[in-house]
Formats: sequence, structure tokens, C-alpha cells
Amino acid sequence: MSTLLEVSGVSVSFDGFRAINNLTFQIGPAEMRAVIGPNGAGKTTFMDIVTGKTRPDKGRVLWGEKSQSLLKMSESQIAQAGIGRKFQRPTVFEDQTVAENLMLALKKARGPLSVLRFRAAKEDREKVGALAEEIGLAVALSRKAGELSHGQKQWLEIGMLLAQEPRLLLVDEPAAGMTPAEREHTTAILVEAARTRAVVVVEHDMEFVRRLDCRVTVLHEGSVLAEGSLDFVTSNERVIEVYLGR
Amino acid sequence: MSDIALSPGTRRPLVARYPALAVFMIVLALFTIGVTILSEGFGIGVISTSFVKTLGKTLCLCLVALAMDLVWGYCGILSLGHMAFFGIGGYAIGMWLMYARTEIIVTESLAAAPLPPTPQEISDGIAAQIFGVVGASEFPPIWAVAHSLPLQLLAAVLVPGLIALVFGWLAFRSRVTGVYLSILTQAMTLALALYLFQNDSGLRGNNGLSGLQNLPGLDHVAQSTVSLWFFWASALALALGYLLCTWIVSGKFGSVIRAIRDDEARVRFLGYPVEAYKLFVFTVTAVIAAIGGVLYYPQAGIVNPAEIAPIASIYLAVWVAIGGRGRLYGAVIGAALVSLLSTWFTGGQAPDIDLGFYTIRWVDWWTIALGLSFVAVTLFAPKGIGGLVDLVTERKSPQRHGADLGPDPGALREKEADE
Repeated sequence: MSTLLEVSGVSVSFDGFRAINNLTFQIGPAEMRAVIGPNGAGKTTFMDIVTGKTRPDKGRVLWGEKSQSLLKMSESQIAQAGIGRKFQRPTVFEDQTVAENLMLALKKARGPLSVLRFRAAKEDREKVGALAEEIGLAVALSRKAGELSHGQKQWLEIGMLLAQEPRLLLVDEPAAGMTPAEREHTTAILVEAARTRAVVVVEHDMEFVRRLDCRVTVLHEGSVLAEGSLDFVTSNERVIEVYLGR
Repeated sequence: MSDIALSPGTRRPLVARYPALAVFMIVLALFTIGVTILSEGFGIGVISTSFVKTLGKTLCLCLVALAMDLVWGYCGILSLGHMAFFGIGGYAIGMWLMYARTEIIVTESLAAAPLPPTPQEISDGIAAQIFGVVGASEFPPIWAVAHSLPLQLLAAVLVPGLIALVFGWLAFRSRVTGVYLSILTQAMTLALALYLFQNDSGLRGNNGLSGLQNLPGLDHVAQSTVSLWFFWASALALALGYLLCTWIVSGKFGSVIRAIRDDEARVRFLGYPVEAYKLFVFTVTAVIAAIGGVLYYPQAGIVNPAEIAPIASIYLAVWVAIGGRGRLYGAVIGAALVSLLSTWFTGGQAPDIDLGFYTIRWVDWWTIALGLSFVAVTLFAPKGIGGLVDLVTERKSPQRHGADLGPDPGALREKEADE
């Protein structure tokens, strides 16, 4: 199986604290992966490294067919290369409408001069409309994102993530603050996305992970503790000890 | 603001999406016509020539305020150095005005000599006239193109643009943001002012460039006429500047820079090169500020290093804050109101208030009143004067379609209620 993202031997420490310790991780071009682990296991730092926010002290992060190193690229270049990220706390642009938020995320040229000349074509509007439909915000397109409820903001951010058409989605606790019905919808969207692209979901909620029905990577103290199906890792004694047993 | 949801398929013209643009243009046109009719030069003479100049200068300040609003109100970069670009523009036009006028005087005085003067003699004569006050008699290299109006005008926009580009590139690339960036821009403007204060800066030290109100070769034209020419030019520049800024902040570019203002890191993760956007906005606004300076200083008559002092740029920020940032007309209102009030108070026209034990002299107390009003606006009315407009427009009920009609999720939905 080919690899879309390969993280190998990555370590990073903050003021002597080793947040990530010799971490190795791989994911294919159309695969769903759940990352679980106790607080401080390095889940968010792992995402920070992949998206270019944090530079590792050592190790390699390779991307795509050409095995491009992501370590020399800026955050925006990495995002343009096809890595999209959803944050734990919904971060949408509250002062702008839902439509503007989606239009910002839509996959288009990102340079200042082309954006200055950009005028939304009919198909762009239709795409925004379709996305809004999918995330249940079609009637709220002209409302300011700041007026939305917490759950709706989560949806909007998922919509923005899809609008970017990334090849790899990094999703941090997508179901936080959602009703059971909304969780189901989120699951469906993520599973659908994973048919054509790679999806990494960081999640605490075991029930949600079970519904994703995918390989699970357990992080502990900055490195991989176990990897495999949910049943496999949950029967692992070390995993029970550090995470589930408590 | 967005037309995406409201009018699928069609794109309405800029004016339709921004009613403020049409209102602004009409008000500016009426104001220009009104001042012309009331002026001494072309009208019934109710408004004195010096007041026409004051109004013309105010329009130029409004133009810089627009630039400030674009860079601060929309893009979130609190630059406290934009008046430096304004001053550089003034110096650039001043160099040509001084050179060309002195050239005429020198040529006339040498014409009486028995032998026709050589170009070198004329050049030396001009240099001696201009730089005598700082004890020099030769043209420094930066005056190389001062003889040519087009080249000097080109320099007036290129030099500030280039300085902004280099400064911005260094600052934004290092991810300097917030108050640290503001301090850096203050340092930049202070350094420039200190440099210009030196006699060997080549720009006449603290004397600055003077006599700029006299247009070379047009001595026969009365100042009452010239003042209106500049007034019209300033009004035109402000109109074009407003149009340009509206165009920039409309559409997706405006959406991106407002997003940068609100959450820079998030914009990066969407794939936008944030630094390139900031650099673009910083440079464009520096050029707009410089154009304001080019029109301002011939009306002021003199440009000296004190104009570039750090406080000038802070005033600029105060104007925009009081007027209301993040809305273009707010910047214009703030700049016009505060700078005109400032002229009135510091010009000695405001009546002193006698409290019996103490007399409030506005010349001294105006700065304090301005400072207090700035604090008051920041604390109690962060939207500024422009926020008053919202009181009117938000009377129209907000868009709530799609929301539950009741407080509970199970409450009657709009659709059901309609049926």
C-alpha cells in the first residue's frame, strides 16, 4: 500500500519536556485512522508538527507520491499541498457570514493578486450552496458565523474543511458538544470522506471511535503505544494500564 | 456584505452592494461644489482662501485616514508610521517645487549678466539658494531628479512604496505582530524624522522645504485660484482613494484580510500566505498615504521633519479610532472632524472658559480633551462615530431565518409556523 503521509522518528521537546518522543506514523491515501490517548499524550502536538505549526527537533515528515519533506514548508504551503485541519475549539471567522467563511475555504488560488481579482462564479456559489446543504446551514448562509450555536460552528468548520478539498484531513475532537443525531451525521461525513482521502481523527469518545470502525493508533507519552483495530488495542494490557484502566 | 447567498448567479455593481459608496460620493461632490461656490476664487467669497486650504488639507488627511483604516481597521496591523509615508510624499513634491521656482529666480537674475550663464552656473546658483540656510552649496545625490516633475512624482510613490515593502517584508517575515509591530513602526518614523533633522541629510535639516504654496511659473495666478485647484485635486484623490479601498475590501480579498485581523493562524491553515497579504496591504496603503502628502504640502506651504514625528502617526490612529475603524466612511468622518476641531481649538478661535480660579485655554487643553475622548471612545464606543450608523441600519430586524422560533430545540420551526 502506498503512503500519503509518513512521519518517522520525530521528537520534539518544550523546555525539556518531551512532548513527542521518536514517533512514527503512516497513513495511506484513502484511509480512516483514529488517534486516541490520555491527556498530554502528544495528540495535538502531532497535528501541530504535521501542519507546520511546530518544528520537530529531529525526524522526518514526508508527504505525497514525491515524498516531499513538510519540514521546510510554511503552514500555508502545507495547507495548499492538501492538508486540512479542524481544531478542537471551533475556529470560524465570527465577523463574517457563513457563505463568506465557506468561500474563504473553497479550493481556489490563494495568492493576494489572484484573490484580488477573484469574483465568485456560478459554480463556486453552487458549491458553497451544496456544502451548506450538507452541513445543514443552507438557510443560515447570510448569517454571521458568530451568531451560530456551538454545534453549528462545529458544522461550519467541518464544511470549511471539506471545501478545501484536502487529501488529508486532521480532525481534532469533531463530535465535542454535539447531540447524538449530529454525531451520527458527523460520522457519516467522515466515513464518506475517507473513501477518497486520508482522515485522521483525534477523539476521546470511545463510542464515537467504535462507530468510525477503523484502525486505531494509541499515543502515550509522545510515542505510539499500540496500533490496530479498536478491539485489538483495547485488549492490549499496556493500553488498559495507561489509558482505559483508570 | 456578501452577495453569495443573496443573489445567486448575478453580481450586482459595487455601488449597489455598498450604499455607503454612493452616499459618500454624493456628499463629497456636493461639498466640493458648495465650497467652490462659496470660495473667493470662483464664487461669492464667503469662505476665505486660507480656509479653502484648510478644507483641502483636511481632504488629504481623510485620504491617509482611509489608508490607515485599510491597514488597521481591516487588516489588523496597527501601523504607527503611516504619516512617515505621508511626509515623504510631501518632501518629494516639495523638492520639485523648490527646485523649479528657484531655477526661475536664478535664471532671471543671471540673465542680466554680460555673458549668458552656463548650465553649471545656473545649477550652482540654485543649490546656493536652496542650501545656503544649512551652509551647503551643492546638490546632494537625492536631488538628482528634482528638476523633473514626472520623475519626482514617480519618486513620491516609489520611495514610500519601496520603504514600506522592505520594512514590511522584514517585519512580517519574522512574524512580528501586535504591539511589537506598532513599536517597530514608531521606531521607523522616529528614525526617519531624526535623520531629516540633520543638516547634512540633504533636505535642509529642520528648516524643511518651504514656499511650496507658490507654483513655479504661475506667480500671476492668485492663491485664491491655486487653493481651489488643490482643493479639487484633493477631492478627486479622496474619491478615487475611496473607490479603490471599497474595491479592495469588497469581495474575497476583503474577506481574507478581515479574517487575518481576527485569526491570523487560522487563515494560514486555510492555505493563505498571510505575510504576502499583509505586505500587500501595508505597501498599497503607504503609497496612498504618500499621494495624500503630495497634495497636502503644497497647500500647507511647508514640510519639515516635525511633520514626520511619531506623534503624527499616533494622531492618525486616534482619528480612525474615533471615526470608527473597519468602515471606510468612519475613517473619513474621524479624520475630518478631529482635524478640523483641532484646527479650531489650537488656532485660538475657541473661546476660553473662565472658571474664576482657573481659565481653560483650549490651545493647551485641546490635546488633553482629545486624549480623553480617545479613551472614552475606546472604552464606551469601540465602533466610534461610525457606529451611530448601525443604530439606524440595525433597526431593520436581523436575519434570523432558519433559527428555532422558540428557545427549545423542539420549538415550532419557521417552516411549520408558515404552514
